[in-house]
Amino acid sequence: MTSATLTPGAALGSQRVSENVRYYEDAVRLFVIASVFWGVVGFLAGVFIALQLAFPALNLGLEWTSFGRLRPVHTSAVIFAFGGNVLFATSLYSVQRTSRQFLFGGEGLAKFVFWNYNIFIVLAALSYVLGYTQGKEYAEPEWILDLYLTVIWVLYAIQFVGTVMTRKESHIYVANWFFMAFILTVAILHIGNNVNVPVSLTGMKSYPFVSGVQSAMVQWWYGHNAVGFFLTAGFLGIMYYFVPKRAERPVYSYRLSIVHFWTLIFLYIWAGPHHLHYTALPDWAQTLGMTFSVMLWMPSWGGMINGIMTLSGAWDKLRTDPVLRFLVTSVAFYGMSTFEGPLMSVKPVNALSHYTDWTIGHVHSGALGWVAFISFGAIYYLVPVLWKRSQLYSLRLVSYHFWTATIGIVLYITAMWVSGIMQGLMWRAYDNLGFLQYSFVETVAAMHPFYVIRALGGVLFLAGALIMVYNLWRTAKGDVRIEKPYASAPHKAAVGAA
Amino acid sequence: MDLDSITVALRSFWTVWLALLFTGIVVYAMWPGNRGKFEDASRIPLKEDGQEF
Ligand code: HEM
Ligand code: HEM
Repeated sequence: MTSATLTPGAALGSQRVSENVRYYEDAVRLFVIASVFWGVVGFLAGVFIALQLAFPALNLGLEWTSFGRLRPVHTSAVIFAFGGNVLFATSLYSVQRTSRQFLFGGEGLAKFVFWNYNIFIVLAALSYVLGYTQGKEYAEPEWILDLYLTVIWVLYAIQFVGTVMTRKESHIYVANWFFMAFILTVAILHIGNNVNVPVSLTGMKSYPFVSGVQSAMVQWWYGHNAVGFFLTAGFLGIMYYFVPKRAERPVYSYRLSIVHFWTLIFLYIWAGPHHLHYTALPDWAQTLGMTFSVMLWMPSWGGMINGIMTLSGAWDKLRTDPVLRFLVTSVAFYGMSTFEGPLMSVKPVNALSHYTDWTIGHVHSGALGWVAFISFGAIYYLVPVLWKRSQLYSLRLVSYHFWTATIGIVLYITAMWVSGIMQGLMWRAYDNLGFLQYSFVETVAAMHPFYVIRALGGVLFLAGALIMVYNLWRTAKGDVRIEKPYASAPHKAAVGAA
Repeated sequence: MDLDSITVALRSFWTVWLALLFTGIVVYAMWPGNRGKFEDASRIPLKEDGQEF
């Protein structure tokens, strides 16, 4: 490779055909479009519910637009619609290349999965707004929609695993291990948590098969591993493919990646009880959950080091390639939220943080910093490749997106830390006669300014995403913005000499 | 001792079995003889562009 082609994106034009394998990309393109669309919808919903918390009048006095119904619309739109479509796009794209094989089941199956998954999303969102819900967080869709999703998921699993099994590359690349763990575990979790008995075959309502504390445990076994395998393992698959790809160097340590994978698999499953500290769950189960959560810190940081150190010797690319900056910053946020998580799972800390905005801050440092940032990086990488353009419309705009979104995240999570800890301390404050010092509504009033700051952070994050939409749109059209290019001269010379 | 009671007895040591399995995986990952194999594997995503390293 010559030094002249080192501008990001420029070297990508040639990868269409490799050893006479034609990769399927039409469905991947659809998944990318859907990711961007749902990203904007989900962030918008987030901003709206953030504003509702600050200004309750925005509930509009209608049941359909009340916070309680729109909140699951937000969480489903960002996790399953945005995150899900990103995972479909990136996994189906990279599995073909790392297996040197076209998609098992072909383009038709991929498109079938695409349309049905997205129809599922729309139906789920409509059902929440109309008031149908199982009342289980991240598993709100009622039984009939659960069955529909099961079929779609199994087809996706067949397509992905089938491609891996028919591969022409002898080794299964580590990203594919993470994607397969994600697909398999999500299938098990989804089925395990939705064993429900419908009230009637013609109605939406159903009741869980297990009840009481067992039901709570099943729900958080699901909820926690949805975080662990949907929002973590799947996106780690993205990290292990797209960071090396964009940095144009192999992952820092492949052996560490194997240890990373298996440690995560062995530990994650046991950490769920940290969502149920100080509940009716037996004490030993809570302690078990806490212990495994603390141990999880190790593989998480192992993975973070592996991702970030992939750049060692090429740190200047962070300055000259804002797309890589998105990818690497996301890994740093992954490190931050997987440090905070184990801390919050220690029971005395959780006694303060549980039910407060601290949890919300933790969620969004993972969700905005890790999940969304790595997705943006992958999307910026994919669009020029998929639309057969030599480069993005503008790298400067990527950088504007990066900074707008980063400021948004900082506002969001710092506001939630302050408000969360304040809220926790106010709840447990006693006066000298032993009475609670604050009424609940006083804590709510004290949180108002932080809710406004959080909403502002959300607006910035959304604005960044809109910059991305514009940039991608122009890229797909084939335009190139006239702008000052990123200086990368010394680096080019160094590579040329090596 | 029938087969049932043996299985039950073995199962109660499940943490030990899992720990052994995990140790095995770590040894496999770190085994000096596997180094070359894993270095090849780490280049899989880069190979597809016909890049030479
Ligand atoms: C513009 C960006 C965003 C804003 C303004 C926003 C805002 C919000 C708000 C106001 C809540 C409700 C908090 C509460 O009930 O007190 C929430 C919950 C949540 N959001 Fe976001 N959000 C954004 C982006 C995201 C993204 C990208 C993800 C995931 C990838 C995400 C995942 C979640 C989750 C999982 C919850 C539920 C948290 C819990 O129950 O502990 N959000 N968000
Ligand atoms: C080592 C890794 C992690 C550990 C040990 C951990 C631990 C925790 C703990 C203790 C809570 C609070 C539970 C409560 O008080 O109710 C929590 C909540 C949460 N975490 Fe993490 N976390 C980790 C990583 C992450 C990452 C990387 C993400 C996101 C991408 C994430 C997403 C969430 C979500 C969505 C919730 C809110 C669940 C809910 O109540 O709705 N976590 N986590």
